[in-house]
Amino acid sequence: MLRRICTLAAVAAATALATPAMAQTSGGTMNVVIQPEPPGLMLGITQNGPTQMVAGNIYESLLRYDTELNPMPSLAESWEVNEDGTVYTFKLKDGVTWHDGEPFSAADVVFSADVFLRETHPRLRVSLQHVETIEALDDRTVQFTLKQPFGPFLGIFEVGTMPMVPKHIYEGTDFKNNPMNATPIGTGPFKFAEWEKGSYIRLVKNEDYHVEGQPYLDEIYWHVIPDAASRSVAYETGKVDVLPGGSVENFDVQRLVDLENSCVTGKGWEYFAPHAWLWVNNREGPMADKRFRQAIMYALDREFAKEVIWNGLGQVPTGPVSSKTRFYTDDVRQYPHDPEKAKELLAEMGYDGTPIRLLPLPYGETWQRWAEAVRQNLQEAGIAVEMVATDVAGWNQKLAEWDYDLAFTYLYQYGDPALGVARTYLSSNIAKGSQWNNVEGYVNEEVDRLFNEAAVAFPDSARQELYTEVQQILVEEVPVAWLLEIEFPTIHRCDVKDLVDTAIGVNDGFRNAWLDR
Amino acid sequence: MQKLIYIAKRLVKAVFVLLAIVVLNFFLIRAAPGDPAQVMAGEAGAADEIFIAQLREEFGLDEPLHVQLWIYVSDIVTLDMGYSYRQDEPVAKLVFERLPATLLLTGTAFVLSILLGVLLGALAAARVGKWTDSLITVVALVFYATPLFWIALMAILLFSVKLGWLPGFGMFSVGADYTGFAAVLDVLQHLILPAATLGLFFMAIYARLTRASMLEVMDMDFVKTARAKGVAPARITRIHVLRNAILPVITLAGIQAGQLVGGAVLTETVFAWPGIGRLMFDALLQRDYNLLLGVFFVSSAMVILFNLVTDVVYTLVDPRIELK
Repeated sequence: MLRRICTLAAVAAATALATPAMAQTSGGTMNVVIQPEPPGLMLGITQNGPTQMVAGNIYESLLRYDTELNPMPSLAESWEVNEDGTVYTFKLKDGVTWHDGEPFSAADVVFSADVFLRETHPRLRVSLQHVETIEALDDRTVQFTLKQPFGPFLGIFEVGTMPMVPKHIYEGTDFKNNPMNATPIGTGPFKFAEWEKGSYIRLVKNEDYHVEGQPYLDEIYWHVIPDAASRSVAYETGKVDVLPGGSVENFDVQRLVDLENSCVTGKGWEYFAPHAWLWVNNREGPMADKRFRQAIMYALDREFAKEVIWNGLGQVPTGPVSSKTRFYTDDVRQYPHDPEKAKELLAEMGYDGTPIRLLPLPYGETWQRWAEAVRQNLQEAGIAVEMVATDVAGWNQKLAEWDYDLAFTYLYQYGDPALGVARTYLSSNIAKGSQWNNVEGYVNEEVDRLFNEAAVAFPDSARQELYTEVQQILVEEVPVAWLLEIEFPTIHRCDVKDLVDTAIGVNDGFRNAWLDR
Repeated sequence: MQKLIYIAKRLVKAVFVLLAIVVLNFFLIRAAPGDPAQVMAGEAGAADEIFIAQLREEFGLDEPLHVQLWIYVSDIVTLDMGYSYRQDEPVAKLVFERLPATLLLTGTAFVLSILLGVLLGALAAARVGKWTDSLITVVALVFYATPLFWIALMAILLFSVKLGWLPGFGMFSVGADYTGFAAVLDVLQHLILPAATLGLFFMAIYARLTRASMLEVMDMDFVKTARAKGVAPARITRIHVLRNAILPVITLAGIQAGQLVGGAVLTETVFAWPGIGRLMFDALLQRDYNLLLGVFFVSSAMVILFNLVTDVVYTLVDPRIELK
């Protein structure tokens, strides 16, 4: 007996909400900044930020997500799940073709998920461990059978997580060295046209796109401009229309927004929910004491950092789960800015003034200033801080080798605590050599149990209960010091319409975007 | 004949110097913290140990260091600069793709700075103590002392943002599809700001050097003799003084010429000029070992070559100098 989770009518309603009732005009060229230059555009192989930002136009997945993280149809037009949440059946859209004209079918889905991405995609590989079989029932129907219920399952069909790759090009080849990686073929609204390394990437409209009348733009140029100040100037002088989040320094944002015909939005990060925190090395020195870590939380003026360093965009987090992510609760211990309380805690534990090292994130001036603000906060509470200077490679290595006391970072949450939160706190995830696991060395059996049970609990109400409890424990224990739910500002000309309308913003491609000129 | 033997000897020595540089560079960049696999894993935002191990194996970083060195050196002696795993292309292709842009920028700046620098320096020396001299000295000092990137940004602000006369970034108008003369003109317009920024710095050095060197020569006896003979002042400056004072300028030009291929990291970065300097800088941040070593190899070869050329040029300018 199948239960219909999503009917076409509901889908139509959701799509109508996402698309304002304005008459879109077709045509025009969009100029966008891309920074840094991506190493490649084959989204199944390279998953870094700039790759997805460009390749999100070329590739697609089965689903998309609105800003509330509700799944919307993309290559799948409808989907069903059985009573106990272990069998998911997707009905694919009819008449979809790859950019080279070959038809897209269920065989491509099976190949992408079960063969290609299992080999190349470290993040998806972890989620797919819950999947027993992936089968094509017919040309347009794909069935995923899970080993047990896996709560976040419907959340792993985002384009950067599970991009559909063409079976007819990759089957039986060495995926990473396939020469076709240089000219990516997807089903998306735009096709790859050319890449002048060091200068620009050009995409052109897919005339055979499966959504009638879309996309509206004729072509997109992604400009490679290595200097942040020059990127601001490129926008100021009208050479580019869109500055995706993080492409200019925060202190330039206000100046650029004040220009004529210039708009800014912090939306479009709901799926990723970039969560910034300070790694606290729980293994050694004063950081091993819970009271020291709580003192750090009280010492930090997180509102100030949000208002001044991030121009008021974002939100001060209450704990490990972002308010954008599912199963969030604010029913946890609160840490207002209270240096006196911090001093009390430090006195109580007998902190002897041992200096601790602070490792900023070497991602530009914004992060440097944030680190300086944090140092000042900590010093006001009586904690001696030494800044450590390094570059990106050095930062990676220091974290992977646990050679730090406090270190800045931010991680994506991918909509569900099981995908993007648990990895930071599970003790089974402690291993040198990676900067994305339990780097702080936090060990708590109760937390392990709660996270592991919550991932496979069914239905959602059972998951909520478990996640609420784990959030309460973590916020009490402060394994890391949460700083900010980041919203990277996307700056764009106001006459660029419908640019950001899903949970992954500009990373979702410009299928709906149009120019009102 | 003697000259040719000398040059041949120098070239043989150069090969060994180059090889030593390659080995030194190899160890130098591996001494930097982190490796390309870690950087790529870092950018992916999520990675397990399997992923990083896969990358290391793919890049050949799982081999012991001496094996890696042996592989690299035995490739480089056949002029094979290896493969950039990050960019997924052979290093030679990447380097030679970027070379024309860099040569255009650094070459223009080179010619511009020598011509203007020597001219201004000679002018200042000829009118030493007068206001022309003071003006040139001050201008040269300002351009010499101001950081390059600041001049670059200010130039963009003034000419690109405020006045809107010149494009502020890139090498050509993307998407304009100019052909023929229009395309050349387009590149020239894009070239003005970066070439001027880079050129002004070197111009300042040449001007100061020429002036100082000429003033020294002016006090010499043969100049007094020439003056006593009644040779015209302009001719004294041109033939007697400048020609004798030009040697240090040639030395510096030799050094600058050696760096032509190395690119200009700051200028290329600020102006988004798609040259080799940026390629190198990105490779450095990404720990793209092969690419970085490749750029180092080409630019050190150029430095050695131009040192030799400089020495030969000395003998042309001043026949008293012999090559032995």
